[in-house]
Amino acid sequence: MLVPVSWLKDYVDIDIPIELLAERMTVAGLEVTSIRYIGVPQEQAPGVLMPRSDHLVWNREKLLLGRIVEVKAHPQADRLVLAMVDYGAEELEQCVTGAANLFGYKDQGEITPPIWSAFAMEGARVWDGHSAKPRQMTLKGKELRGIFNKSMVCSEKELGISDEHEGVIVMDHDEGYVAGAPLADVLGDVVLDIELTPNLARCFSMIGVAREIAAILGVDLRYPSFDFLAKGPTIEGQVGIEIREPELNPRFTLTLLRDTQVKPSPFWLGRRLKLIGQRPRNNIVDVTNYITFELGQPLHAFDYDKLVERAGGVPTIITRLPGAGEQLETLDDVRRELGAETILVADTAGALSLGGVIGGGETEISAETRNVLLEAAAWNNIGIRKTIKEQRVHTEASARFSRGVHPSQALLGCGRGIELMRQLGGGQVARGALDEYPLPPPTVTVDVPIERVNRLLGMDVSLKKAADVLRRLEFAVTTNGDMIRATAPDHRLDISGDPAVGQADLLEEIARIIGYDQIPETIMADEMPPQRENTAVFIEERIRDLLVGQGLYEVISYRFTSRESEAILAPAGVPSSWPDAEYIEIENPAVSERNVLRQTLMINMLESAVNNARYQSSQRLFEVGKVYLGRGDLLPEEPLRLGILLTGARGQTWWQEDARTTALDFYDMKGVVENMLAGLHIEDYRLERGTHNSYHPGRSADLFIGRERIGTFGEIHPQVAARFKLTDAKVIYGELEVAPLIQQHQRLHTITPLPTTPAVLEDIALIVKADLPAGEVEAVIRQAGGRLLRDVTLFDVYAGDPIPPGKKSLAYSLTYQDESRTLTDKNAAKIRKRIIGAARHRLQAELRS
Amino acid sequence: MTNSIADLREVALSELEDIRGNEALVAWRSQYLGRRGAVGKLFGTIGSMPRDQRAAFGQQVNALQQELDAAFVEREALIQSQALARDLEEGEIDISLPARPQRRGGLHPSTRTHREFQTIWADMGFQVYHSRDVEEDEFNFTLLNLPPHHPARDMQDTFYTTDNRVLLRTHTSPGQIRAMREFGDGGSKPIRVILPGMCYRQEQVTARSEIQFTQVEGLAIGRNIRMSDLKGTIAEFARRMYNPNAKVRFRASYFPFTEPSMEVDVECFLCGGEGCRVCKYTGWLEIAGSGMVHPTVLRNGGYDPSVWSGFAFGMGPERITMLKHGIQDIRYFWGNDLRFLQQF
Repeated sequence: MLVPVSWLKDYVDIDIPIELLAERMTVAGLEVTSIRYIGVPQEQAPGVLMPRSDHLVWNREKLLLGRIVEVKAHPQADRLVLAMVDYGAEELEQCVTGAANLFGYKDQGEITPPIWSAFAMEGARVWDGHSAKPRQMTLKGKELRGIFNKSMVCSEKELGISDEHEGVIVMDHDEGYVAGAPLADVLGDVVLDIELTPNLARCFSMIGVAREIAAILGVDLRYPSFDFLAKGPTIEGQVGIEIREPELNPRFTLTLLRDTQVKPSPFWLGRRLKLIGQRPRNNIVDVTNYITFELGQPLHAFDYDKLVERAGGVPTIITRLPGAGEQLETLDDVRRELGAETILVADTAGALSLGGVIGGGETEISAETRNVLLEAAAWNNIGIRKTIKEQRVHTEASARFSRGVHPSQALLGCGRGIELMRQLGGGQVARGALDEYPLPPPTVTVDVPIERVNRLLGMDVSLKKAADVLRRLEFAVTTNGDMIRATAPDHRLDISGDPAVGQADLLEEIARIIGYDQIPETIMADEMPPQRENTAVFIEERIRDLLVGQGLYEVISYRFTSRESEAILAPAGVPSSWPDAEYIEIENPAVSERNVLRQTLMINMLESAVNNARYQSSQRLFEVGKVYLGRGDLLPEEPLRLGILLTGARGQTWWQEDARTTALDFYDMKGVVENMLAGLHIEDYRLERGTHNSYHPGRSADLFIGRERIGTFGEIHPQVAARFKLTDAKVIYGELEVAPLIQQHQRLHTITPLPTTPAVLEDIALIVKADLPAGEVEAVIRQAGGRLLRDVTLFDVYAGDPIPPGKKSLAYSLTYQDESRTLTDKNAAKIRKRIIGAARHRLQAELRS
Repeated sequence: MTNSIADLREVALSELEDIRGNEALVAWRSQYLGRRGAVGKLFGTIGSMPRDQRAAFGQQVNALQQELDAAFVEREALIQSQALARDLEEGEIDISLPARPQRRGGLHPSTRTHREFQTIWADMGFQVYHSRDVEEDEFNFTLLNLPPHHPARDMQDTFYTTDNRVLLRTHTSPGQIRAMREFGDGGSKPIRVILPGMCYRQEQVTARSEIQFTQVEGLAIGRNIRMSDLKGTIAEFARRMYNPNAKVRFRASYFPFTEPSMEVDVECFLCGGEGCRVCKYTGWLEIAGSGMVHPTVLRNGGYDPSVWSGFAFGMGPERITMLKHGIQDIRYFWGNDLRFLQQF
C-alpha cells in the first residue's frame, strides 16, 4: 500500500527523519519495502541504511510556487502562449509555453480565481519533458519563436511526479499559497510503500497506518470529523434497507445528497489519489475512493434517480443471496453468473452490485447524476473471499473487506463521505443516516496478569507501561492489582475472546510497540528434553558419505513425474515393474507432465543423465529421496530410496594414458554397492540374477539382505535406454530401499586383531565349465580352505586355447595365515590339497598346470 | 709372491677408480673380494708356501683385503652420492603438467547446508525429526490456526491431491503438530526438535522461486520458554552459522501459527552490514521467520497453553546457500547439472 507522508501528517505529527520512521515501522511489523521521494532530499538517519535514491531534488531557490496571473497570445506562434507568472519578484516573469491546458485562459485578462503552477527559473535542474528516456537537464535561456525565454512552468513529468506531460501543473487557489515559496514545501513528498501482513487489516488505510505511527512514536492521533452538515429533509422515507443475511452483511448504512454537481475533483484530491496510484474520475467517485483509502471503509455511490426509476417510487435496498441463474453486469463490463453464496446488493428490480466487491453498471454515477445515495456497509470477510475466488475480481473494496473491516466504521465512512461530496459538489444532505445493524460483533475484553506478560517475554515491563502501550493503540484499559483488563477498540477484529489467545494477542501488541529490540537475548533455562539419537538420520548421512567417498555426486530431483514416464521404464509391450501402489495425483499440477508423485527415482535420474551427457563423458550420481506409495490409507507410505547411476567412461583422458577407453559397467556398480555395504558393516547379503524388467535380464542383480529383496542394480534394459537416447553409452542403475540398510547396519562390529605371524601366498588356477558362476567356485574354495584361508582373490578369467572349448580358467591368489603360529610349506600344501579336492569333487574342476 | 700382491693391488685399485655404476661395483667386489675372488685365491696359496714366509704373506694379503674393502666402501659411497646428485639434478619433472585425474564426488549443496544447520542445532539440544511430505489439510493448515478461508492461506499456493483432504505440505510446520503428539506424551514433556524436509508450492518456476524447496523448522516447548529465549537461541545460531560478531535484528511480523511473530534479519555477511546489492543496501538479510507458538497450536499438540509455552522458527536452506555461494538461480538446485554440483 502506498502511503504519502503528506497525507499521514493530517492525522499524526512526524518529527523524525522519514528513513528512521520507516525503520521503526518495519521493526514494529509494518514493513516499508520502498520509499519514493518527490522533490525532497533523502535524509541519512543514524544507524539506518537505505538504498540511495536517484530522484530529482528540487532546488529551493530555483523551483518555486508561481501564480499564473494571465495568459497572453504569442505574437509569432499559434501553438505557444505566454504565461505571466508571479513568483514573488517585483516583475512578472514571462514564460513561453505550449501547455495545452493554458490555452483556455488565453487573452482572458487576469485569471480569477487565481491558478498556481510550478515555476522553474534559469539554472533549475529538471527532467527533460520531451525525452522518451529519463534524462535530466538544466534550464537555459533561449529564444522561442522570437521571444527570449529563460524560465518555464512545469509539467509533472518535468518534476518527476508522474509521466504526465500533456499540460503543465495547474493548482486551484489556496489561501495559504505564497508566490515564490519553494515548490518542495508545497508539492514535495515522500511516499512509503508498505507491505501489510494479513493480521494488519486495520492498517489498510491512512488513518490505520497513522494510528500505528502515533503508538510507535508515542504521540496523539488526530481524527478527521465524521459529522456532516445536513439541511435537507430526513432520509427516512426516501429509501429503505432490508438485510436478509445478517451473517454475511451485519451492517448497512446509507446517506443521501441531493442537487449536487458531478465534476472533476479539485487539485488536492486528484493529487492524493494519484500519489497512491489511483486515477481521478469525478468528485463523487473520487470521494468514495478517498474515504476507502483514508479510513479503510469502502463506499459505494448510487445514482439515486436511477434507483427511483427502477423501483417506480421509493427504492428499497435489499442485501440477499442470488436466485437461481441470476446474473449481473458489473462496472468492469463483465456479465457475471452468480454463485449461490455471493451476497448481492439489490433492489426490488434486481441485482445492483456484488456486495463489498464491485458495483453494477446500471446505477453508477454519471456526468448527469444530481442525487447521490452513498452506501457504507460491513461484509463477512470469508463471504467476500469466496466471491473473490469465484468471480476472480479484485478491487480496493474487496481487498479490505476480505481481510475484515469492523462494522463500526460503516457509519463513520458514510458520514465523512457525504460531507466531502457536499463540500466538493454542492447540494443538500438529507438529515440522518439510514443504519441497519442487525449483528454487531461482540466486544472483546481480555484479562492478563502482568506477571504472565513478563514471564512470556522474558523481560520486566511495568504494569503502567503495558497499560500505556495498549491505551496508545486505543484499547480501553483498567488495572486491578497485577491484572490488566483490556477491551479491544472498535476498529479491530483481530483480538480473540479466547483467554489464552487473547493474552497472546495483547502480548504481541505490548512487545511490538515497546520494540522487540528491547527484549533481552537469553539462553533457555528450561528443562532439557530427553536426548534421543536419531539412528535413521545418522545412517542416511553415512550412506551419503560412503557414496561421495567413492567419487559419486549427490543429486536431488523433483518428486513429481507422470504415470506415462514411469510406464516406459520397461521393455516394449510389458507393464513396468515400478508402480506397485496407487499414485498420489496432484489436482493442480504445475505442468501436466508432473501430475503425480514418483514411485521410483529412476526416471528423474535417467533424465539428469541425459542432460548431463551433453557436457560429461562420465557420470557417477546418486540420490537419497522419498517415493510415494498409495496403499489405500488417507496418506501414502513415503519410503526412502537410494538411486545410483553410473554411465560413460570409467576414467578421463590424461596425457600419459587415455582412461576413457573402458566404459563403466555392472562390476563398477557392484563395487559401489558392496563398498557401501561394507561401510555399513552389512555382511549378510547376497545377489541373485535380476528380476526387475527395467534392467537387462542377463546383466542385473537383485540384492537380498537376509531374506528381503531390497532392490536391483545393473545395466538398464536396452529398450529402456533407447527411449532416453542413451544407447551409445551403457547406463548402469540401481535402486535400493534405505530402511533395510538402516535396520541391518552393524553398529557394534568387532575387528580382527592384526596378525603377528607371516602369511603364505600362493596361486591356483582351476578349469571349470564356462557357465559356472565364479561366486560358486569361490564359495567352494573358501569352505574347503577353512579358518586358515584368509583371502581369496580372483585375478584372471580366461577361455580359449589351450583351455578346452566349453571351459574356462579361473586363477586365484590365496592367502593362508594362522595367527598362533607360522605356517610351514607342509601346512600350506595340506590346505591346497583340500581345496583342489573339493573343487574336483564338487565342481568337476581341474587344476590348470 | 710379494710382487703378485702389489700387482693385484694396483690393478684392483685402478679398476675401481674407473667404476661409475653399481653393477660394475658389485662385479668388482665379487672379482676381488668374493668367496672365490682374487684375494681369496691368494689366501689359498698360503698353504703351499714355505712355512717361514707364511705369516708375513698372510699379513700382506690381510692388509690388501682390508685396503680393498675400505676402497670399496669409499667408492660405493662416492657412487651413491654421485647417483643421488644426478637424480636430484636430472630427475626433474614438469610439475605444470596436468594431474592424473582422481575422483572426488560431492554432497548436494542443499545437503551440506542442512548438515551445518543440524550440527549447530544438535549442540543446542535440538534433535532431527523427519515428518511426512504428503499431508492432511488439517495438519498443514487447520491445526496450525489456519482454518478454511483464513486470509493467510492466500500466502501459500498449495498443491492439492485429487483427495481434497490431502495436499503436499507447503511448509515443515505440520511436523510441529506431529512432533508434539509423538514426543509430548499428552502434553506433559518438553520438546526440542528441528524438522528438515522438502516443501512444495504451486508457483511459477523462476530464478527466484521453485515448486519444491527445503525448509528447516525448529520447535522448543517447555514450561518456561520465553520470547527472550527465542531471541537468544536464534541469535546464537546466526552467530555460529554466519559470523561470531554478526548483529541480529528481530522485526514484528505475522505467521498464523505463532504469536508474537517475528522475522529475523542477520547483518549482511557479504558486505558486513555496509550495504550491497544482495542486501538491497539495507545491511540486513532475512534468515528466518519465528515466533512464540500460538496457544491454539499448543492446544492442538496436546499442551495446555496456560502452563506450557514454546517457540518455533523456520528457515530456508536454499536461500542461505544461494547467498553464501552467490548462486543467482534457484533452479540450479534440482537441475542436477554436474557442472553445478562439481563446484561444491
